[in-house]
Amino acid sequence: MYTVKKYVFAETLEQAYELKQKSRNNIIIGGNLWLKMGQRNIQNAIDLSLLGLDHIEEDEEGFRIGCMVTLRDLEVHENLNRTFDCVFKEAVRHIVGVQFRNCATVGGSIFPRFGFSDVLTAFLSCDSYVDLFQGGRIPLKEFVEMPVDQDILTHIYIKKDSRKICYQSFRMTETDFPTLTCAVIKHGERYMSVVGARPKAAVLVDHITLSDPQDAKEREVFAEKTASFLEFGSNMRGSADYRKELTRIFIKRGLEELTGDETC
Amino acid sequence: MLIEMIVNEEKVQADIKPDMMLLDFLRSINLKSLKRGCDTGNCGLCTVWLDEKPVLSCSVPAVRAKNHKVTTLEGVQKEAEEFSRYLAEEGADQCGYCSPGLIMNVLALKKEIKNPTENQIKEYLAGNLCRCTGYQAQYRALMKYFGIEEEQC
Amino acid sequence: MEDLKFVNKGIVKKDAKALLAGKPVYTDDIAPADCLIIKLLRSPHAHALIEDIKIDTALKVPGIEAIFTYKDVPEDRFTEAGQTFPEPSPDDRLILDQRVRFVGDPVAIVAGRDEASVNRALKMIKVKYQVLEPILDFTKSKDNPIVIHPEDNYVAKNGQGTDPLRNLCASQCRGEGDVDEVLRNCDYVVEEVYHTKAVNQAMMEPFCAFATKDIYGRIKIISSTQIPFHVRRIVARGLNISKSNIRVVKPRIGGGFGAKQTAICEIYPAFVTYKTGKPSKIVFTREECFIHGSPRHEMQMSVRIGADKTGRIKAIDLYTLSNTGAFGEHGPTTVDLSGTKSISLYRDLDAFRFKSEVVYTNVLSAGAYRGYGATQGLFAVESAVNELAHKMNMDPAELREKNIVHEGDRLANYYGQTTNSCALDRCIAKVKEMIDWDKKYPYVQVGPHTVRAVGMALSMQSSGINNCDVGSVQIKLNDDGFYTLMIGCSDMGTGCDTILAQMAADGLGCDFDQIIVRGVDTDQSPYDSGSYASSTTYVTGTAVVKACEKMKQRICEEASSLMGLSGDQVEFDGNLIQEIENPDNFMELKDLVTKLEAGSGNIIEVTQSHTSSVSPPPFMAGAAEIEIDLETGKITPIDYVAVVDCGTVINTNLARVQTEGGIVQGIGMALYEDIQYSEKGRLKNRNFISYKIPTRLDMGRIRVDFESSYEPTGPYGAKSIGEVVINTPSPAIADAVYNGTGLRFRTLPITSEKVFKGLHQK
Repeated sequence: MYTVKKYVFAETLEQAYELKQKSRNNIIIGGNLWLKMGQRNIQNAIDLSLLGLDHIEEDEEGFRIGCMVTLRDLEVHENLNRTFDCVFKEAVRHIVGVQFRNCATVGGSIFPRFGFSDVLTAFLSCDSYVDLFQGGRIPLKEFVEMPVDQDILTHIYIKKDSRKICYQSFRMTETDFPTLTCAVIKHGERYMSVVGARPKAAVLVDHITLSDPQDAKEREVFAEKTASFLEFGSNMRGSADYRKELTRIFIKRGLEELTGDETC
Repeated sequence: MLIEMIVNEEKVQADIKPDMMLLDFLRSINLKSLKRGCDTGNCGLCTVWLDEKPVLSCSVPAVRAKNHKVTTLEGVQKEAEEFSRYLAEEGADQCGYCSPGLIMNVLALKKEIKNPTENQIKEYLAGNLCRCTGYQAQYRALMKYFGIEEEQC
Repeated sequence: MEDLKFVNKGIVKKDAKALLAGKPVYTDDIAPADCLIIKLLRSPHAHALIEDIKIDTALKVPGIEAIFTYKDVPEDRFTEAGQTFPEPSPDDRLILDQRVRFVGDPVAIVAGRDEASVNRALKMIKVKYQVLEPILDFTKSKDNPIVIHPEDNYVAKNGQGTDPLRNLCASQCRGEGDVDEVLRNCDYVVEEVYHTKAVNQAMMEPFCAFATKDIYGRIKIISSTQIPFHVRRIVARGLNISKSNIRVVKPRIGGGFGAKQTAICEIYPAFVTYKTGKPSKIVFTREECFIHGSPRHEMQMSVRIGADKTGRIKAIDLYTLSNTGAFGEHGPTTVDLSGTKSISLYRDLDAFRFKSEVVYTNVLSAGAYRGYGATQGLFAVESAVNELAHKMNMDPAELREKNIVHEGDRLANYYGQTTNSCALDRCIAKVKEMIDWDKKYPYVQVGPHTVRAVGMALSMQSSGINNCDVGSVQIKLNDDGFYTLMIGCSDMGTGCDTILAQMAADGLGCDFDQIIVRGVDTDQSPYDSGSYASSTTYVTGTAVVKACEKMKQRICEEASSLMGLSGDQVEFDGNLIQEIENPDNFMELKDLVTKLEAGSGNIIEVTQSHTSSVSPPPFMAGAAEIEIDLETGKITPIDYVAVVDCGTVINTNLARVQTEGGIVQGIGMALYEDIQYSEKGRLKNRNFISYKIPTRLDMGRIRVDFESSYEPTGPYGAKSIGEVVINTPSPAIADAVYNGTGLRFRTLPITSEKVFKGLHQK
């Protein structure tokens, strides 16, 4: 359990940002699920819940999702899920339980760039951007590579496009952390994959080409190439080898679904 | 931090430490139905409603409930009677330790989804662990409560 | 059975209303607000000697009341195992020891006014350890030069084959016939080694207890325990004070499953309150329940089983190596059940041998977990029976039908007892029908890369420990003719308060609500060894039956004397005491009590105790249907069918729920609950993130039925139910995996990755 000296309901983002710059022990409190399990001695716990960051806003171009939106909000947002093939619903429905998802926030899930994150995998499978208070809008795939700093993630922005996504995860029990997360994406004629819980954080693989989507052999080659390209590690939930093989199988299955090959 | 919240429809004022969790605060004001079963958000024993939504009170900083509505099983005794009776009639209470958290989540489910399917029920309640019953007796009670006919068992 | 109004019915639990309303009825709910908070400083090393321990700065933390180290505790060793005295478990522990024997072993007890101050103080205690090499591999413990209990005040108990200098907590060997010779002459022999891990009970309520001093200066302990009377003795011995100075009260319990058959935490508040005079409490975190609990004994079992070509099983040879961890709680006894409850399922063996050794290692002490060794032994022997059937190309159900025990059979390895109630044959037949065995065995292809496969196993357990467990019951007749049923056994959610009241209501011919049941208070309740070893229904239940008979007799005596008759001239129907020859001459029970309470006779209270010379086993057949993804190796439970013979079912709801709950725990052990240690002996599974018990999405469907025999020595023909139900999932699922994939797994749990690897090595 952590300790907290002072709890601050931020009145503006500026105030929150300034406070955060003052010390590494000034921390933004998201859903507080992972944070409170740690042993940190926090000087100022900064709460953003009064800043109206708990909305999902839609316009013609995309969705703007506040950092205090909960995972449950993502799960039940009809337009968001309709637009992105239920990827958010599928990605979060395994996360512990409804009460947990009513607490956990999008910001808290994305900002720390946790390896086990289903949420990160789901967002990476879309054309997503993070809005940082100081850093402005940055593509999510770049943000994933950046070190965790003192900025504040205020929103995530997803651009609408015509992509199709198939999200799969492997878990030892239904509500466990994933052993592997895998999203396969069809964007126009292009196929891409996002693989997470390797156990390192999710990454987008978009440089491998699938020459003939209707050819089962070609799909297997694509899956094999993607799996071989990625690095995997071992932990209690699975070995590196197993993760690699699961990646191959899930990409193959994802492609089968996306290409609508009835023979599968 | 001096704050005010509505607990079971009554205004409560308290001076709460910044690292106190809602679970510990509620138990300290004698609302003992909610339990601590784990420290990792997995068990669901501490489920309460924050503004009508079921949350894990073990993870919500108590001060975050400032100016919000908190509901525990103590505050919905009447509403809980019907489902509790179904549980009792199946012997699904067993040790009873996980029951308050389960009941709070079942009542939340009923409010949120009008006619849930079996699968929706199971998924909604997946975060409520129970080690006594093997869930099957709870499931029988749930089928009755939601008026769903059971295939077998 | 027709004239019984309450026995064999699904009566609602007496405490259901309070529990479901969330009333404050558990230990931590009723602890006084001014309790000192106790926390334990724990060893980071698996094996070490404390060279120096400095507590002076920690003591200065505001709010700290006391800090105790090994220098402050009594010198005599004791055991925390809740067993009848003299416990078979060795006296091998102190409240705090200079030698620490596992990662998490308590080093200091810190008591203070609140959690924050205690947490601060814990960080300020400075300990210098001489780190010793630990023994972490239990197969290398016996005769290892590292000795875990070298102390000279270690007390071994008679007849347990204990030798601490060889790290042997217990050992034995017994058998009949020449096993080697019989096996040599068998047409088919299976010889394999099986391994089960130290799974955790994971009851929802953590270990917790608090202590206060009562007005007489005695220590009153309120504890979430299955064994209040044993706790009284254990604490008295630990503190080295008289038992008369201790009172133990058990409120409602949030699950036990055997975990609370060891006095894991009671000694700490007892010691703090004894020393400080102030109320104190300890509530384990979930992490502490894992690192300092009382899990199942890890066992490695070598089985040899042989049959002739007609399919008659002729010999079983079992060697069990059990890992008791740092201390010997339940070590000598759990291992015994791995042999008695497995070998005895099969009749007419020409020979059997059962050898066992229990060793110490530097991991946390094991304890009692539902099934108590039988679960481990049955995984091994039932798996071996399945393997034998496959080797013979025979349906495993058929091999069992040819060899199982029947009513009247002498049980092979069961202390010479015969079974007078056994419907195991009917259980198998029913299970096959319910799961549609003949159609589904061995597997059905259901998708391009998925199969559904079935597997089967049998189980037996005991009903109490014969010539050892004691249950006693006191019934008081009160105003208006209601009764108080005083019992000493612990309802831990199982519902024994209710089922004993059902028996009493039928025994006395009164309404169920006329029976008031009192929970355990060692100052007031009649003695009971406690709720474990599947003893409550059978042993304490029989005491209830006896007490009811005695009560009726006393009612007739008192009433008849007021009616001017002798006791044998009247009969009692639950309400009226009537003259047999002249039914118009009667007295109502409530009038009798009114007269007795006005001085016209003797107030009626009866006490009866019971111990049994036999322990009739309940039986069960279980069958699993699972789905296997042949690409990923993922196993998904689909259906589990169980048919149980527990004799007469006393409460139809509660027996069913016991069965369903036991099966899901068994599924957890078979598939998910994977205990792992670091190289230095640190347990990796410290919470529900890393120790996965099944959720409602992980168990498939459970279907239960009963095929009842009638046990002549049991109350209303009943045997036990609590433990027999946990044993079949592991061997049944292991065989289903084999039937679907051709892969045999002899180590639990069977994870998807193991299946994947097996499939791709083939």
